[in-house]
Amino acid sequence: MGIIEAKNLVFEYIRRDEEGNVEGITRAIDDIDIDIKQGDFVAILGHNGSGKSTLAKHMNAIHYPTEGTVWVDGKDTSDDANLWDIRQEAGMVFQNPDNQIIGQVVEEDVGFGPENLGVPTAEIWQRVDESLKAVGMYEFRKHSPNKLSGGQKQRVSIAGVIAMHPKCIVLDEPTAMLDPNGRKEVIRAVRALNDVERITIILITHYMEEIIHADKVFVMDKGKIAMEGTPREIFSQVEKLKELRLDVPQVTLLAHELRKSGLDIPKGILTCEELAAALGLPKNK
Amino acid sequence: MSIILDHVNYIYEAGTAMEFAALKDINLVIPDGQFIGLIGHTGSGKSTLVQHLNGLLVPTSGSIFYNGADIHDNDYNKKELRSKVGLVFQYPEHQLFEIDVFSDVCFGPKNLGLDKKETELRAYAALKQVGLEDEYFYQSPFDLSGGQKRRVAIAGVLAMKPEVLILDEPTAGLDPKGRDEILDQIAKLREETGITVILVSHSMEDVAKYVDRIIVMNRGQVLFDQEPREVFRHYKELEQVGLAAPQVTYIMHELKARGLNVDTDITTIAEAKNEILKALKK
Repeated sequence: MGIIEAKNLVFEYIRRDEEGNVEGITRAIDDIDIDIKQGDFVAILGHNGSGKSTLAKHMNAIHYPTEGTVWVDGKDTSDDANLWDIRQEAGMVFQNPDNQIIGQVVEEDVGFGPENLGVPTAEIWQRVDESLKAVGMYEFRKHSPNKLSGGQKQRVSIAGVIAMHPKCIVLDEPTAMLDPNGRKEVIRAVRALNDVERITIILITHYMEEIIHADKVFVMDKGKIAMEGTPREIFSQVEKLKELRLDVPQVTLLAHELRKSGLDIPKGILTCEELAAALGLPKNK
Repeated sequence: MSIILDHVNYIYEAGTAMEFAALKDINLVIPDGQFIGLIGHTGSGKSTLVQHLNGLLVPTSGSIFYNGADIHDNDYNKKELRSKVGLVFQYPEHQLFEIDVFSDVCFGPKNLGLDKKETELRAYAALKQVGLEDEYFYQSPFDLSGGQKRRVAIAGVLAMKPEVLILDEPTAGLDPKGRDEILDQIAKLREETGITVILVSHSMEDVAKYVDRIIVMNRGQVLFDQEPREVFRHYKELEQVGLAAPQVTYIMHELKARGLNVDTDITTIAEAKNEILKALKK
């Protein structure tokens, strides 16, 4: 069993009209089985309304399954006795950087989580320093979060999660509101956490370029897992992704177009180097 | 007819310790019917700039002219300006509030003092312009998908019949198909009506695909103001100010560095494909 496992997961919510009468039931997650290994970098893709965020919210017990079971590090999320452990082990980062920072000073914000876990003061400070260093924000520890850029704020949010010493971090479109540089900073920080600290990463995104290094990609559609595989396997299927309202990185799309024009290029090109090699060009000195 | 910004400066909290010059000596001419991309890192002054165009912010110094008239003259009709220069904020779906989609879109024209018939005609036309199907008109806006909600919000501005449409990151948070749909719809709208469109965006790929002019903001100043291919030629300078060129531009530079004789002034996939095929044939 991996760090996060779901078995026959179903989640339904009841739609009500203005008076509170039941209008119908929506099945947002429809019988999903998923097993995420400790230390993996997992990406979840899917169009708006495909059920990605609903699935993510099951990973730290914000939502409970209607049917089926979700385990985080072997603990059943529907058992309230496990709630604190689960929230500590699976941290979550959301889309809007301005909605998740509460401290007046960066280091206080990062300390909020461990403080609530009852960590001794000396250790809180130690964790705050480590976490800020891990995301490259240590030099901003005395700054006001208001003055930071979007990418910096998101990295502070991530530091706040790391300070709780989680085994896994779920990021729900953490770069959607950022400029290109902010996006790069956040993705770099997330990849470093995965590579160096071996923290399991679950990244939900609409930016295809961000996930070419993932170990595994899940594509969701209508509450089900529609595709599953390595980035190369997934991005080899350009047409199918388009049907699912998704896209591929520009280099993959360009390679796909060239292939359609008759050039002999393999499917699932993910980087510029691969494209250059496929075109028979020598290595750049 | 056009918008002219003449030596516009804007300082937040002037005279306090928090004083911050958000716009520094901005001079721009925005003629009718252009499709303009406005890019810049977070905090570069993009949003401050667009809020000047419909008079929401008043410049600390300098003037803004709309169709030849200074919009900060005492007798200038600001209310009319706000209907002519429509601003769609980031995440505009958060501003939806009515019980159904149609009423929500009617809100703007109703407040212009138009009669019921004209209001409804405009709302209907606006919803058609953003490509929303009739079946959604009498649903609660809150039951729609993210992309649909955003279209409703844009329709709310279009129903005011603006001459200039400013969109602040209209595709943030949408899936790739949703992104393309909204931008295709806006491009089509512009072709059909000749409306001026200013697109604030963090997606260089989107900007490259749609606009005919890019204004790059950095630290409150205009860094570049050129056609996309010219702007992205400065990709190294763009990186220094927190931006980038579209991925495909980097690909072309890399291929060229490896000896493929391609033009590097390429900003879209279609151009890149043709250029590579051409270079390989030689």
